Formats: sequence, C-alpha cells, structure tokens
Amino acid sequence: MSVLATNYLTPTGREEAWRFTPLKRLRGLHDGTAAVGERNSLVTKAGLPKGASFTRESLDPLAVSDDVIIERIRGEVADVAHLSIDANAEIKEPIFLTRSAGALDSAELSRVRISLGNHAVATVIVENIGDTLLAEDLEISLAPGSSLTFVSLQEFDAKSVYTARHHAVVDKDAVFKSITVTVGGDVVRILPTVEFTAPGASAELLGVYFATTGQFFEHRMHVDHAVPNAKSRVNFKGALAGKDAHTVWIGDVLIRAVAEGTDTYELNRNLLLTDGARADSVPNLEIETGEIVGAGHASTTGRFDDEQLFYLMSRGITLEDARRLVVRGFFNEIITEIGNEEVQERLMERIDGELERAGA
Amino acid sequence: MSVLEIRGLHVSVNTENGSVEILKGVDLTIKSGETHAIMGPNGSGKSTLAYSIAGHPKYTITSGSVTLDGADVLDMTVDERAKAGLFLAMQYPVEVPGVSVSNFLRTAATALRGEAPKLRTWVAEVKGAMEALNMDPAFATRNVNEGFSGGEKKRHEIMQLELLKPKMAILDETDSGLDVDALRIVSEGVNRAKVNNDLGVLLITHYTRILKYIKPDFVHVFANGKIVEEGGPDLADKLEANGYADYVSK
Repeated sequence: MSVLATNYLTPTGREEAWRFTPLKRLRGLHDGTAAVGERNSLVTKAGLPKGASFTRESLDPLAVSDDVIIERIRGEVADVAHLSIDANAEIKEPIFLTRSAGALDSAELSRVRISLGNHAVATVIVENIGDTLLAEDLEISLAPGSSLTFVSLQEFDAKSVYTARHHAVVDKDAVFKSITVTVGGDVVRILPTVEFTAPGASAELLGVYFATTGQFFEHRMHVDHAVPNAKSRVNFKGALAGKDAHTVWIGDVLIRAVAEGTDTYELNRNLLLTDGARADSVPNLEIETGEIVGAGHASTTGRFDDEQLFYLMSRGITLEDARRLVVRGFFNEIITEIGNEEVQERLMERIDGELERAGA
Repeated sequence: MSVLEIRGLHVSVNTENGSVEILKGVDLTIKSGETHAIMGPNGSGKSTLAYSIAGHPKYTITSGSVTLDGADVLDMTVDERAKAGLFLAMQYPVEVPGVSVSNFLRTAATALRGEAPKLRTWVAEVKGAMEALNMDPAFATRNVNEGFSGGEKKRHEIMQLELLKPKMAILDETDSGLDVDALRIVSEGVNRAKVNNDLGVLLITHYTRILKYIKPDFVHVFANGKIVEEGGPDLADKLEANGYADYVSK
C-alpha cells in the first residue's frame, strides 16, 4: 500500500481524509498537543473461556497505516492488549472487553490486537463507555478458516473523543463480521478497514450510528480486495436528530487488478429526523478488473415516512411512539445481528433515550 | 349504540396545480351494527372520504363535520380517532421495516386499551385471530406488511379489525386483489367483528362481489365527490347490471 508522506503531518482539514472532521474538537489528538495518560483501560469484563487469553505484550503492527494518529500511537506505545483465541477453539458465548478508566484531561493511546488461530470461532464485544479521550489502533488477525464476529460499541458519555482504526487482516477462507455501533460521544471517528490476504475470505461490515444535537460521528470504511475470490458486504444505517448533528460515512472499496472473482456491495442509509442535521454519505468504488462477480453501492438519505407514521397512528399509536417504532425498526436489521439480547435491548433503550432528548 | 355522522363534508387536496376539491358535500350517518356500502367509479373520491375520516394529513377539510357519538372527529389527531373507536382498513397497507407484526399489534392494543394486554391471554388472542383468518403462525414474526402478498396484507388488516375492536370500521377496497377463497375468509372476519362488537361498517368498493359475503343494509352510489343515489341492497344489483355510466354522465 502506498503511503503519502503528507499524511504523517498534522492534518489541516484540507486533506481528503480529514475534510469532514472538526479538528478543533479532537482535544489535541491529531496534532500531538494532547497530554498522554497511561490508562491501559481495556479489560476483560468476566472470566475468559477456555481457549482464550488476554495479555499485554509487545507486538509489531500487523499492517501499515497512513493515519497520522495511528502513527503517533505506534510511535509511543509498545504494549498491546492482546486477546488471542486458540486454533480450533469454538467459543459460543461472547467475550466482553470493556473500559476500566477514562479521563478528558489526558489522552489514552491504545493498541489492541484480537487474533484468531486457524479455524477458531469467536464473538468479541468491546464496550467503549464513560467520558474519555481515546485514540486506538485496533488490529484483528484472522488465520485461515477462522470466524470472528467483532462488535464495537461506542456507548460513550457526552464529552468523549474517540479516534480509531479497526483494521482486520483476513486470511484464506476466514469469515470476518463486524458490527460497529456509535451512539455516544462528542466526536467519534472510526476507520473500519479490511484487507484480504488470501482467496475465499469474506468480510461483512455492519454498523449503526445515531447522532443527536452537536455530535459528530464519522465512519470511514476501506475494503481492500487485493486477492481473487473474496467477498465483502458493507451496510451502515444512521439516524440524526437535532441541531448540528453531523455524520459522515465514507465507503471506499478497492478491487485491484489481481482481485478477479470479487463480490462486493456497500450500502449506507440515513434517516434525518429533524431539520438542522447533516449526513454526508460518500460511497467510492474503485475497480481495476472487470472479471468480478459483482460490485455495487447505494446511498440514501431520507426523512420520516409520513405514510408509515399515519399507518401506525391510525391504530391508536401516538406520534411519539410511532416515531420510536419506526426508528427502532430502521436500526433493527443491524442491531439483531449482534445476537445478544441483553446488548441489543440496552442499545435500543439508548436509542429511545437519544430520540427523546433530541425531541424528534 | 354508536353513531358516526358526516355532514356537508368538503375536502380538498393540494396538487401541483393548486388546491383541488375532491369531496363536494358528503352526508352520511352510520349506526352500530349497520353496514353501508359506498360504491362508485374510480376517481369518484371514495378513498378520499375514507382517509379524510381517518385523518390523513394529505387532505384538507374545507367545510362540514364528522362526529362520533357527538365528539368532533375532525378536531382529533389520527391516534385519537382510533382511540375514539374508528378503524380504517387500508387499500394499500404501509410497510414498516424492522417492526414485527407481533410488536406492532401489541403496541396498538396497548395504546387502544390504555394498558398492556396480559401476555398469556394476549398470545392466545393473537393466535386465535390468526387461525380464524387462516394465517401461518410465522406471520407474527414478519415485519409489518413487508413482502406480504396482496391477500396477506388484507388479512392482516382484518386481523387488526378483530383484535382492536373498533366501534366503526371503514373498509377501503378490502376486496381488491383478493381471490375468491381469500375474499371469503376476509369477509367472514368482517362478519365476525360485526356480530361480536356490534360494529358499524362503511364498506367502500368498486365491485359488487364482496356484497355477496358482507350483506349491506344500505347502498350509496358515489360519483364526482358526493353521494348521488341511495337505496337498499337491491341498488347493488342494479349497479351490477348497469354499471356506473348513468351516474358518471350526469
């Protein structure tokens, strides 16, 4: 992967990668002015099942990055929080990782690795909570034949700033599924990125975000089809309510010349629940070979459907409840993919609460 | 005993060419237990009447009144009308993605009854209503109207009619798109609701065939935004024989 040297410089906001991000609200994460605090906040929530281990160790990065914040993290932090799943381990219950500490007056620079051995199967749920200033380099390694469901929950309190890259390296016949949920924080900027290193691999990147008054949430996908016969699906759904709620969804999919037999589709849908909010949605498909199974993208941005609201209300349901049902329904498709009732219901209640606060 | 009274109802809709009057003075009184058929050609304003009574925001009432047992329906929000006892079975029921039929029904029943139905009796109630309409139990887990066939949508509407127990129901072309078997099943559902809840029915239709299953007490011919002739069930037979030509050319 080519790297532009300029990307290592402090972003000014004119760069493609930074053109939407409110740099002034990053509390110094992007320009190195944020004081660094050692927190090592990522911990396991309960005991680990057999076949899983969680350690802190020195690891080299899995993949290069052209993100200035990721580069800074790598320059300063050697210790990596490493969740490792043994080869052939099939872990049914989800493994929960959560945050044990947070602060706004200093930045935590965090490196995380999730690695699955050959044919390992696991679900990992990361809960990002509290008020914190956090920059994270999270890398995921899927060995041949392994299968991971990675759930990343941004349930931050109102003042948090979180910038991260969640990068998955997916080997032969491995199955990667990620569900990224962003419902809290002041500024959240996540780069969910995937590279395929051998044929037969697949990746499904799902996500929901709900920004209310003043919040900025950016999800900037990059899927690199660098090998033949890999499959990718991207489906992100967002809702916005309240003044200056702003979301950005960028879906970059690159099908390289060698990547014959690629099958990819990406979708972003946004629901604008009030005036004064802004949803940017930029699908971007770059195709260097015609010998593919399929490649497509779609992006829609809409408002409440009056006909849906009328139908629900004609059955006695109040406008407020009708809106809540429609929004829950909109997110339901993705949220149910998490496969954990407790987490799903907690997120739906959070969404109800955000909707109520935004007065939508 | 409930009474739905429509007096001098004039309704307009906004189009690209400005406001267009669709209903031009409708008078109609429906009492509990009565079935009134409104028949008329396409474009005569039958559906506008149905949606205006239910409170669809697209339609503007320019004059006239609609009352249910003396209460001003036109002053109510859409959900308040349902709570007052009005029900509209829609010609084109709306898809609500991600909302399951069971969740939708329970939310509606909770809103209309003022409290959540007891889970055990509610499950049995829904199961019974679905069986009565010959619906697959898996139906409850599907999203509201999403991917439903025409017949499934109509059965879903009538299931709601039976579960939500309104005082007055407006059935907007419930017969359209139904094969003979589905028409019979759906009609039986309406007839059950009439018997069980002393339901008043305003049955809007283009064709006479549903009247073989749901017997009207009164037939009203609708043309050009108002009722142009009224009579008993025999009027339907006359329409069956002669069509609407007499009324349209007037």
